[in-house]
Amino acid sequence: MSNTANLSPSETVASIPAAVPARKPLSKKEIASDHPTWCPGCGDFAVLALYFKLIEKRQLWQEKITTVSGIGCSSRFPYFVQAHGAHYIHGRALSFASGISLSRPDLHVFVFGGDGDAFSIGGNHFTHTARKNIKLTYVVMDNWVYGLTKKQTSPTSPLGFKSKTDTWGALDYPINPMKQAIAAGATFVARTTHSNPNHVLQMMEAASDHDGFSFIECLSECVEFYDGAFDASNPRKGGKFNLVPANHDVTDEQAAYKLADEAFPGYFGVFYKNNKPTKNAKEAAVSANAMEKLKGLKDWQVLQKTFDRMK
Amino acid sequence: MSDTAITTPPAGGAPRSSEISEAVIRIAGNSQDGIQAIGGFLARLAGRSEQEVMTFMTIPSTISGGPSIFQVRIGSGEVLSAGDEADVLLAFYQHSYDGHLASLKKHGIVLYDSDHVEPNAELQKDYNHVGIAISSLTVEAIGGTGKDKGKNIFSLGLLAKMFDLNVPKLEKLIGERFGGKDVSVLNNALTAFHAGYNHSLGHVIETFKFVEAERKTSSQVVMNGNEALAYGMIAAGVRFGAAYPITPWSDVMEIMRRELPKYGGTFIQCEDEIASVSMALGASYAGRVAVTGSSGPGISLKAEALGWGVMAEVPLVVINVQRGGPSTGLPTMVEQSDLNQAIYGSHGDSPRVVLAPADVEECFYLSIEAVNIARRYNVPVMILSDQAIATRIEAFDEPNLEKLCQDITPDLTPVEDYKPYDLNTPDGTVKRVVPGTQVKSGQYPIAGGLEHDEFGHPTGSPKLHALMNAKRRKKLQALAATLPAPKVYGPPEGSVLLVGWGSTRGPLQEAVDRARAAGDSVSSLHIKYINPLPPGLESIFSGFNHVLVVEMNDEGLYGYGQLGGLLRARFCDPKIRGLNKTDGLTFKVREILERAKANVTDAMHKL
Ligand SMILES: Cc1ncc(C[n+]2csc(CCOP(=O)(O)OP(=O)(O)O)c2C)c(N)n1
Ligand code: SF4
Ligand SMILES: [Mg+2]
Repeated sequence: MSNTANLSPSETVASIPAAVPARKPLSKKEIASDHPTWCPGCGDFAVLALYFKLIEKRQLWQEKITTVSGIGCSSRFPYFVQAHGAHYIHGRALSFASGISLSRPDLHVFVFGGDGDAFSIGGNHFTHTARKNIKLTYVVMDNWVYGLTKKQTSPTSPLGFKSKTDTWGALDYPINPMKQAIAAGATFVARTTHSNPNHVLQMMEAASDHDGFSFIECLSECVEFYDGAFDASNPRKGGKFNLVPANHDVTDEQAAYKLADEAFPGYFGVFYKNNKPTKNAKEAAVSANAMEKLKGLKDWQVLQKTFDRMK
Repeated sequence: MSDTAITTPPAGGAPRSSEISEAVIRIAGNSQDGIQAIGGFLARLAGRSEQEVMTFMTIPSTISGGPSIFQVRIGSGEVLSAGDEADVLLAFYQHSYDGHLASLKKHGIVLYDSDHVEPNAELQKDYNHVGIAISSLTVEAIGGTGKDKGKNIFSLGLLAKMFDLNVPKLEKLIGERFGGKDVSVLNNALTAFHAGYNHSLGHVIETFKFVEAERKTSSQVVMNGNEALAYGMIAAGVRFGAAYPITPWSDVMEIMRRELPKYGGTFIQCEDEIASVSMALGASYAGRVAVTGSSGPGISLKAEALGWGVMAEVPLVVINVQRGGPSTGLPTMVEQSDLNQAIYGSHGDSPRVVLAPADVEECFYLSIEAVNIARRYNVPVMILSDQAIATRIEAFDEPNLEKLCQDITPDLTPVEDYKPYDLNTPDGTVKRVVPGTQVKSGQYPIAGGLEHDEFGHPTGSPKLHALMNAKRRKKLQALAATLPAPKVYGPPEGSVLLVGWGSTRGPLQEAVDRARAAGDSVSSLHIKYINPLPPGLESIFSGFNHVLVVEMNDEGLYGYGQLGGLLRARFCDPKIRGLNKTDGLTFKVREILERAKANVTDAMHKL
């Protein structure tokens, strides 16, 4: 049968050769769509610019990728990318993206969104997409606040952050995205910040090369509602940008967890990476196995066999 | 069963044999006794004998089992419902006997397990009592280790004897069911069956023989409604689905999870219903219509995502196997109370398609139609089944699978340009260009939940919002224009028109037959396309004095029920009234007729 689900996994982004392009890579002009509606100075601009860079550098043509998001300032992302994309509903982008990933192995799915989208309304989906190890890349643009709805407390807001819903300062203990991801079973977990473009690109490249659920927490400052949140991580603002120590073993879950525990600004880089079989590969194997037994039969004949047993 | 056959008092001595055209058999016990299996064997046998069959069962709401019944109606003629009253009751326990004797017709036969049931002396004259030590005889036949195991098959043997059923065919069915496992399992089953078959039915009753059924041209398949939905989806070309378990929806997903890999597809069990509908929408967006489904509470969780499907114009099929609500409600009982939710359950104006199958066969065909409507109109389509169709087994003509099975693999051929939300197409629809397709103009579509312009980019323009709302509505109006007008069952003019939807069709049509036989002027109309409604209803209604909308839902604040309320709003016709109930059970024919009579002031004849 001519089923897209049977395209060879080698058609995925990880294996697209960077050498000898048969086609000209997309230029920024071709890949940029609507002018972003973000506030001037918003950290999200950097993430978008580096996504364009990734597309250009890794020669990801429009028919090879799909960009998906939920709802939030950061989730406006797909509208600014001139490629197939979907702006889904608040918190459920990962589930939507999983449907694409599992039914279309020929596409690499990139998901972008905010901290509220990921860890509050979408918390359940984050956990399960990670544990299922569904092949896709998820970049959470963490600004520690709800931007789109204008400054409410987010699940990553630090204690004491004064928002419109905690005028006296946030009371709830924040989520640690890195720990959350590692504990949930994500197979690629990295941390970066909008203020270090080269590092963002490196992390995006490594994530898109990963065969599995790749998660990046990218600090992305909301200049409107949480100005200066990440100064301590930005050398230009007197902060410190600490790379993950060179001797860190990315396959060591305990060590990764320890890195994640470091107080802000913490470390930047790949915390954890593990090459477990993906949900995509496992489901494909179940199917290949089932189809092997029915080799040569057309779909209607397979169904006929079932109906014959129901007579 | 013909009245003469069953009311004949038992002739002392050897059982007599009478010819009958149909029989209703109710088996009452606990679910762990395998009574569903007896029913399944009988239904399957009927299917293989070109007989019509309809079953009805209750599922216990506790995990450990508990009281459960299975009713099967087998007939040589047309069988429309599972039957109001049973001709034969097989009672395994005292609670089965006490609780179900009232469902037996006067002078019907109650076969009871004398090891467990103490019959009521006062009732001996009203019903033919046949006590058989089913439990101990089964133990005697196959050994006592299996506790209550095997007594269902022993009883099947008793019934086979009583109804002169085709033994070789039953043996074959038993072989298919128990074969493959340990041979001793099959041998035990056959031993139990023959022990039952050869056991003397006593001196009290007669045996029966079904009159020869008319030969059907094609062979029949036997399945329940949930199976028909699952296989219908596969025939339609659906290769991806996602869902979360809930009764009575779960077995649709279990079947698809097991079967889809054979076709290169997959069905994903998600963490919840929101993830499920989202995953299915993602797969649909990616090119091939996908399916999700649930019951009651789970459908509520999908509402926001359905609105996205409407807005982004992404096709999807959602199956709702309705149960009693609201909230956790009556998880194992039937109700038709999700119609309003199916049509309106989302924020904003979000027109989507709602279809309701009336029987098991229609579950299969309507699945294919739902997929094709979703593809053609780029809209979510909800199939409203219910617990009664989900669990009942019917035999229907084997579908021509070679003809019906479709390949809906997306076309990824590059296109020159693409305007996903073009406002100037005749019926508002545009063929979708899906991810993986190169668009030569370089203008790529974004599917989004924000109101958008023709390219999918967000807009706050009031004018565009109005135009896009109209576009989404017009698609359904265009679909409505293509729908066939439903056919009236019975004369097209008369006093009373009974209007129904979903699983009530059988009892409604039987009610019409019975009423007409009694000289009353009653017809019925069944609506399969709930939203949009098909054309032609107004002229059908004009032929009747009363239009009674029969539904298994509450009459509501204004007294019309859910479809009734919709028809009232649509046609502003005061003769449309509701005939509603919410006892969690399917309609009995008698119940419909009594309620209709009480409702209609000027008698049932045509004025
Ligand atoms: C179901 C639902 N609830 C609430 C909202 C309102 N809402 C939109 S975005 C958002 C939070 C956005 O915060 P975040 O995800 O951190 O994204 P940011 O804007 O900061 O990038 C909320 C509460 C919504 N769109 N949908
Ligand atoms: S509100 Fe904050 S997150 Fe949103 S665009 Fe403005 S700066 Fe960026
Ligand atoms: Mg945020």
